[in-house]
Parts: sequence; structure tokens; C-alpha cells
Amino acid sequence: MNPSWKEAIVERIEPGTERIKRFFLRAPLARHEAGQHLDVRLTAEDGYQAQRSYSIASAPGDALIELAVDRLDDGEVSPFFHDLLQPGDTIEVRGPIGGHFVWRPEDGGPLLMIAGGSGIVPLMAIARQRVRAAEPVDALLIYSARRWEDLLYRDELASFESTHFRWIAITTRGPKHRPGDAERRLDGPLLHELLTGWRHDPAQVFVCGANRFVEAATGSLVDEGIAAQRIRAERYGGTA
Amino acid sequence: MVTRGFGGRRPRAETAKRLPPGQHETFDFPVLAKGPTPRIALADWRFTIKDGPRPLASWSWAEFEALPRTLWQGDIHCVTQWSKFDTSWEGVRIDDLLQAAGIVPPSGFVLAQSFDDYDTNVPLADLGGNQAMIATRYAGQPIEPEHGGPARLLVPHLYFWKSAKWISGLRFTARDEAGFWELRGYHMRGDPWLQQRYSDD
Repeated sequence: MNPSWKEAIVERIEPGTERIKRFFLRAPLARHEAGQHLDVRLTAEDGYQAQRSYSIASAPGDALIELAVDRLDDGEVSPFFHDLLQPGDTIEVRGPIGGHFVWRPEDGGPLLMIAGGSGIVPLMAIARQRVRAAEPVDALLIYSARRWEDLLYRDELASFESTHFRWIAITTRGPKHRPGDAERRLDGPLLHELLTGWRHDPAQVFVCGANRFVEAATGSLVDEGIAAQRIRAERYGGTA
Repeated sequence: MVTRGFGGRRPRAETAKRLPPGQHETFDFPVLAKGPTPRIALADWRFTIKDGPRPLASWSWAEFEALPRTLWQGDIHCVTQWSKFDTSWEGVRIDDLLQAAGIVPPSGFVLAQSFDDYDTNVPLADLGGNQAMIATRYAGQPIEPEHGGPARLLVPHLYFWKSAKWISGLRFTARDEAGFWELRGYHMRGDPWLQQRYSDD
């Protein structure tokens, strides 16, 4: 057996949104970098196994590793997480994995993060890591979800707000809750307006979400004249 | 280690046979890339084979389209655990490219290089015969930009990160040089049947 697989104990499970639950794991893994993911392996009684990858939401060095899992109704693994996994259970994990979609405090800023839906998860690790950086890094998070209630980590993001950190909520199916937010799909003109309002030239850009969202957002960023080399993307899902 | 409560959803026997370990079948076509989809005009497209920095042969889009073409149909496997069955591709086999250019391979190692500065290493032994092509069509249509068009490498017996999207050329290297993901924790060869996902596999 590959010794890279480690046993992780589920210490705590917390509600996130209607469709997302937060799982806090104690696992003997190397310290991760903000933006990385874990592989999870589940084994049935007869030896059948399923593997999936989940981004890490917790900041590097936190005692527990947080995963936030979106429920896919026709999925094999996420319904297990939502309906069956309990505190005290053990699952197998491997990682941390990924060396591209990562941000370290020494990478600095200005830092632009764009999240669609559960694409917030790795960006939350970056936002949390950023708060702990010795020098304040100017950062903007643009976070799109269907409704205000579907935005994960709202209170924590609000607690990060400062002259150096802003987050803008974009709701595509519900009303906005704060001035400065937007209630429409993120497209080129809206992105232009938000970047103009921010008044920084982003040096580090991270975009995460469903493929169509990421494709549109990264295309708009390139249209804004931001060099492709500065833009890191992580996508899930695909084309039909 | 048995996971308490996990039943799983077993694939049918004929599906299971085609799935490498740790994979599951997907019916859409997931997109993975390190950054934005590059915009490549066919008029600017060139494909170049190099020995180290030295160009050996180069084709424009029209020249490339005139090369002998091959069809390939089969299954592809992504390191992010999805597999897609019965995909069909059309393009130019690496052997046919080398033959058209009269190139005798100067080494046994290749870095596939892309328009977005991506690269990935593939031993020449994995590129010969019907194992690999520079694909320009998928399911009978030009390859969509998100999936690597105008042209991508297709090495379907290895994890799909080896099948570099937006390919701009092949560079022979004196030794096996790690590419983009191989420098970031992923396996140097990436055989899905051996589950060679990460450096320590």
C-alpha cells in the first residue's frame, strides 16, 4: 500500500450554507500552502474504493484541516460527506497536493481573488493566510453565488475588511445586501467597474469556480490587460 | 481501512474493467488548465520541433493540415480522478511528423511545449506508433479552445496532463527534464494503470 495515505479523524462538522458543509479534520500531514488540495479515499466493506480531490479552506499551520464540501446530488462521495460522515469517523487523506494555485505571504500583492460558488474554498485559505501576513497585502475578493445565503464565510470575510481588504458579493439569483455588491452575473463590464473602483493593478490573480465561470472571468481579466502569466485558475466541471 | 458507512456506487462490470484504479467515469468533459485559455489565431499558429534550442522543422497551420492524418478512439484518464470513455480524435501521429520532416530523433526524451508556457515531459518511447498524435479535431470538429485547440498533444495511455493543450512544439532534451506539473509534485511518467499520480508514486 502507498504510505502516503494517512488516516484523518473528523473532529467537527459545521453547517456552511444550504448545500455546503464544513469538515474539520485532524490529520498527520505536512503543512500545506494556501490554495492546495487533498485527495480523499473512501473504502467500502468489500474493498471498493472511491477517490476525490477537495481544496483546503484552512490556513497553513491551523491545528485542523478544513474542507468545505458542496453537495452534488448525483455524486458518489459528497452525499456520503453530507449524510453519513460523523464526528469521530476516520477517512483516508493524501496531500497536500498542487504547487501552482498557491499563494505565500512573500508573493505579496496586490492580490485579486475571484470565486464562483464553492470556488471560494481555496481562496478562503489564501484570505486567511493573508490576514496573518506581517505586512498588509492589498487584496480584493470578488465572490459570486446564487443568493446572499449561498455565500460561505460571510461573517469571517466581514471581519477581514479593512483599508487593505475588500470583498464584493455578487448574487446572480437574489438581491444584494450591501452597497457596493452586485446582483447580476460577473461579466466584462462589471469586472471593469469593480477593478476601476479598487484602484490597484493586481500582481497576483487567483480565479476558482465552475469551468464556465472561470473561463468568463479569466477572459475578462485578459481583456482588462492583465497579463495571463499573473492569472492562476482552478476549475471544476466541464463542457457537455 | 474500511470507511464506516461508505457503500459507494459501483460501476457496471464492463465499466469497471476500463477504469484504472482510483478513477470514476464522467460523461461531460471537464476542463483543467493552469490559467486563462490562450487566444491563438490560426494565422499565427506554428508547430516547431527542436533539438534543445535548435529548430529542426516547423509547420504553419495550412502545412500541418496537409500532413497524413490518423483517427484514434478510446478512453482518457485525468489525474483528478475522472475518466472519459470512447473519445475520438484526429490528428498527425508523432511518427508521421518525424518522418515528414526527415528527423532522426536526437534523444529519447521530449518536452511538449505550449503557447501558454506550459510544458510536460514524455519519453519518446511513449510517443511512437499509434500511442500519440498532435490532435486537431475532437469528435469530428475542430478542438474547442478550452479543450486545447487549435492543436493539442494526445497521449491517451498516460494521465491527461501529459496531453498538453495549445501545443506549439516538441523539444528533444538530452535527459528526462521535468515539465510544469512534474516540477510541482506530479509523476514523471504518469501511467494511470500504475496510478502514477504524484512524485512519490
